[in-house]
Amino acid sequence: MNARLRLRVFAVAGTALFAALVWGFVGLPDFGSFDGAYGQLLNRLSVPDRASTDVVTTVNFDFREFDTLGEEFILFAAVVGVASLLRTLRGEHVATPDDDVPGRRVPETSLVVGVTGTLLVAPTVLIGIYVVLHGHQTPGGGFQGGVILATGLLLTYLTADYMTMRRVGPTALIEAAEGAGAAGFVLIAIGGLLFAGSFFENFLPIETAGQLISAGTIPLGNLAVGLAVTGGFAFMLSEFLQQTLIKRRREVR
Amino acid sequence: MADLSPLAVAIPLVVAAVLVGAAVVLPRPVVDAASLAAAIGVAVLCALVLSDVADGRVVYWFGGWTPRHGAAVGVSFAIDEIGAALALFVALTFVGAFMFSWRYFVVVGPFFHALMLVFLAAMVGFSFTGDLFNLFVFFELLSVSAYALVAYDIEEEGPIQGALNFAVTNSVGAFFILSGIALLYGRTGALNMAQIGQTLAGSHVDGLVVISFTLITVGFLTKAAVVPFHFWLADAYSVAPTPVCMLLSAAMSELGLYALARVYWTVFSGALGGGEESLQVVFISAGVLTALVGALLCFGARHLKRMLAFATIAQIGLFLTGLGLLDSGAMAGAALLVAADGCLKASLFVSVGALQHLFQSVDELRLRGRARRLRVTGPLVVLCALGVASLPPFGPWLGKALIEEAAGDAGYGWLPVVFVVTSALTSGALLRAAGRVFVGWGPRTDPIAAGAAAAPDEVDPELQYRHDRVPRTMTTPAVALAVAGLALGLVPGMREAVLDAGAGFVDRSAYAAAVLHGVTGLQAEAETIQPGVGSVATGLLTVALALGLAAVALFRERAPGAVDRAETLAAGVLGRLRALQTSHAGDYVTWLTLGTATLAAIFALTLTS
Amino acid sequence: MSVLPYVVAAWLVLVGLYGIVTSRNLLHLVVCLAVMQSSSYLLLLSIGYVKDAEPPIFADVPPTTPAVDPIVQALTLTDVVVGTTVTALLLALAVQTHKRYGTLDPEELRPKRPQA
Repeated sequence: MNARLRLRVFAVAGTALFAALVWGFVGLPDFGSFDGAYGQLLNRLSVPDRASTDVVTTVNFDFREFDTLGEEFILFAAVVGVASLLRTLRGEHVATPDDDVPGRRVPETSLVVGVTGTLLVAPTVLIGIYVVLHGHQTPGGGFQGGVILATGLLLTYLTADYMTMRRVGPTALIEAAEGAGAAGFVLIAIGGLLFAGSFFENFLPIETAGQLISAGTIPLGNLAVGLAVTGGFAFMLSEFLQQTLIKRRREVR
Repeated sequence: MADLSPLAVAIPLVVAAVLVGAAVVLPRPVVDAASLAAAIGVAVLCALVLSDVADGRVVYWFGGWTPRHGAAVGVSFAIDEIGAALALFVALTFVGAFMFSWRYFVVVGPFFHALMLVFLAAMVGFSFTGDLFNLFVFFELLSVSAYALVAYDIEEEGPIQGALNFAVTNSVGAFFILSGIALLYGRTGALNMAQIGQTLAGSHVDGLVVISFTLITVGFLTKAAVVPFHFWLADAYSVAPTPVCMLLSAAMSELGLYALARVYWTVFSGALGGGEESLQVVFISAGVLTALVGALLCFGARHLKRMLAFATIAQIGLFLTGLGLLDSGAMAGAALLVAADGCLKASLFVSVGALQHLFQSVDELRLRGRARRLRVTGPLVVLCALGVASLPPFGPWLGKALIEEAAGDAGYGWLPVVFVVTSALTSGALLRAAGRVFVGWGPRTDPIAAGAAAAPDEVDPELQYRHDRVPRTMTTPAVALAVAGLALGLVPGMREAVLDAGAGFVDRSAYAAAVLHGVTGLQAEAETIQPGVGSVATGLLTVALALGLAAVALFRERAPGAVDRAETLAAGVLGRLRALQTSHAGDYVTWLTLGTATLAAIFALTLTS
Repeated sequence: MSVLPYVVAAWLVLVGLYGIVTSRNLLHLVVCLAVMQSSSYLLLLSIGYVKDAEPPIFADVPPTTPAVDPIVQALTLTDVVVGTTVTALLLALAVQTHKRYGTLDPEELRPKRPQA
């Protein structure tokens, strides 16, 4: 179809679809008056049964941990996919990064950015670790904390240059973190099978709510996911940066 | 024993993670062996689960969270015969794909195998699960792995847009599924399929139920490549490496239909049962349209992978008609047909891969006569083609016979005509290609294929190989899969077992009792369907028609003028159909929107109570 | 205004799809897909909202306090991860497309002859 025909067809179809969606959506309970029994049940169970005060984390890492397994591996698959898509092709060679060559075309990072970035890296990493570890007590968890940690690595690039980022986070280490996190999560699941009788069953002592070491395997799950997410996002970031800064097409003579 | 089912998902995931984590130190043979071992392990586990299911549905609750007062607290697997058999079939196809990849890729990193293992785990979990959101998570997992795998060979000459169009259209479909699930959660407050079904059963069917059904249906139909959501498939197959095509064709699209059937029977059948007739009309029409479009484009193709892609679409159409009859006997026939045809298609893809491996081409016209010396591959392709043409008494014939009998009982007595035409066209295309490539018959050009996309000659060093024999790691899976597909019709007791499985699949109350209350022994009465002389005649007619079409295409010089007129007509129709395949993501999404809006309108008019 | 969030969610779907259909740049297309996916986040979270209720975090409040639905929040978390990863894959595809063809315009990327 050419662009005009496409637009005309979509105008009709899109309007009809919008009307249909609205017609369906208004069948939902009024905004603010949801009384789903499932959610309320889990709200009531989380603290006494699992000593975890953050119910969303309990849902993700205990009640419905199998969903999180799938989600974790979606991230894994996407990271591996990005890595294989952006790998060095025939006809490309790896050159010196743009920000490292003499007579560089990319402007130097300014002093303000350098200082601010350097000051921010440590707190970012610390907050990231905090969010990962305290997932079962306060809002947060492996996914959220992992992204913050990956941002710490990106800050290194913004503050300094690409080669510094590579030194801080070498590819082998990041890949290993990704694989270890993903495998670790499955091992927790199998641990549940071996030690507690059911796949993903919480098999460590629950302790009391409010303590850092509590809620059984939930903090372990958070750790594994945090490791995997950090590795995954850092890997993807470095792959994309490699594309723009380093990989060059071989010039055709 | 029930503990085995989660292991079937966990083991490939662990192996994939290890392969990536240790990527720098693992040599290629270790990677190949580990993946193959993992796939075989999964197949063994699935076989054990299948034997378990014979005694009643297997329900496995994760984390020890069993239901309280009939309400689910955690996520469950709810495995019946069809789910377990599908998982076993998928695992065996993966074993074949890993064997095939051994030599197909001369150099490949561990990323390919890791992605394939995740793909396998996702499909197994998808077949086993009893929770609607878990179904969506595994759906996305298998989709993301598929996007990455299809785009794997980025150095190929095939257009990259194929992978992009695939990813964009299927992501829109997945988004629709999630919206549908959100609506159901808003109405019922549950995510377990049995529980949602119980809550919806007998309730008033209003806009929310209709729209959630529409959205979920569209999402799965997009994955299954049903017209008009099918455009992505041909593009993706031209760009994906052949082992991946094998899996997409044999397993992925069929899983989309499986999920549609599963969600309909466990979640919606209680509420929408009153509108069964209109649902039948909609799904059967979509199936017939898909089958005919796929079959025509298949016959007009010269790029062998595209030919098989369109054959896949045609068969999806046939499967959908089986499901659309909303009957346990037809369901049984469709399940059997999926397994049998899936094995044959996988075998055909391996053979095409072998041709690609030896001759660096997948173009039917350019390969003319070059494969004369392949003693095993040639006859094997012919055998698969005859199987596809439902030669009695083999697997595909038995599946189609069951569907045709059920169709007759439901008042759709004209359905066998569609089956004959579709199977004759697809099989005819395959036989014509076999004649041209392996024997050298046929002219150098073909007016029907004149407008078709030619396959570029590949000069990819990744695929070049010095020998001129097909490696044993390619012939073995091809032969094994072909034999399996054909033999499914010969196994004693298969017909009764499949009919039993079909009866269990459509029984919503027994499913809910098993999942929510642990009562697993209930077994519905299966109707007895005995394929009669009529089905045998239909099968033989299809084979004769297929051979005739192939002969006409190959030996046109000796044919009368009527054939020329038929060919001009066919070329005209094909030209129109081909023009729609534009490789433009915006076009495809427009079709998707149009299809969704149309379905919503039809369902709104016919299903609301 | 008890259905406003749901109508906004439907509107986002339409806007996102419109963007995809009329896009002249692959990066723009990917972002429009993300916009469309964000409508599912809005839909899910609006469904679970309970008026005058606390977030489902019981660190400082007794566990019997009325709280909003935690399930939809967990579902949204999963959804966000899925959306981000698909976006990353699509962007990687866009990078490779630009490297090979020198353009990101779907109209120009169209093959000259239909691929069937």
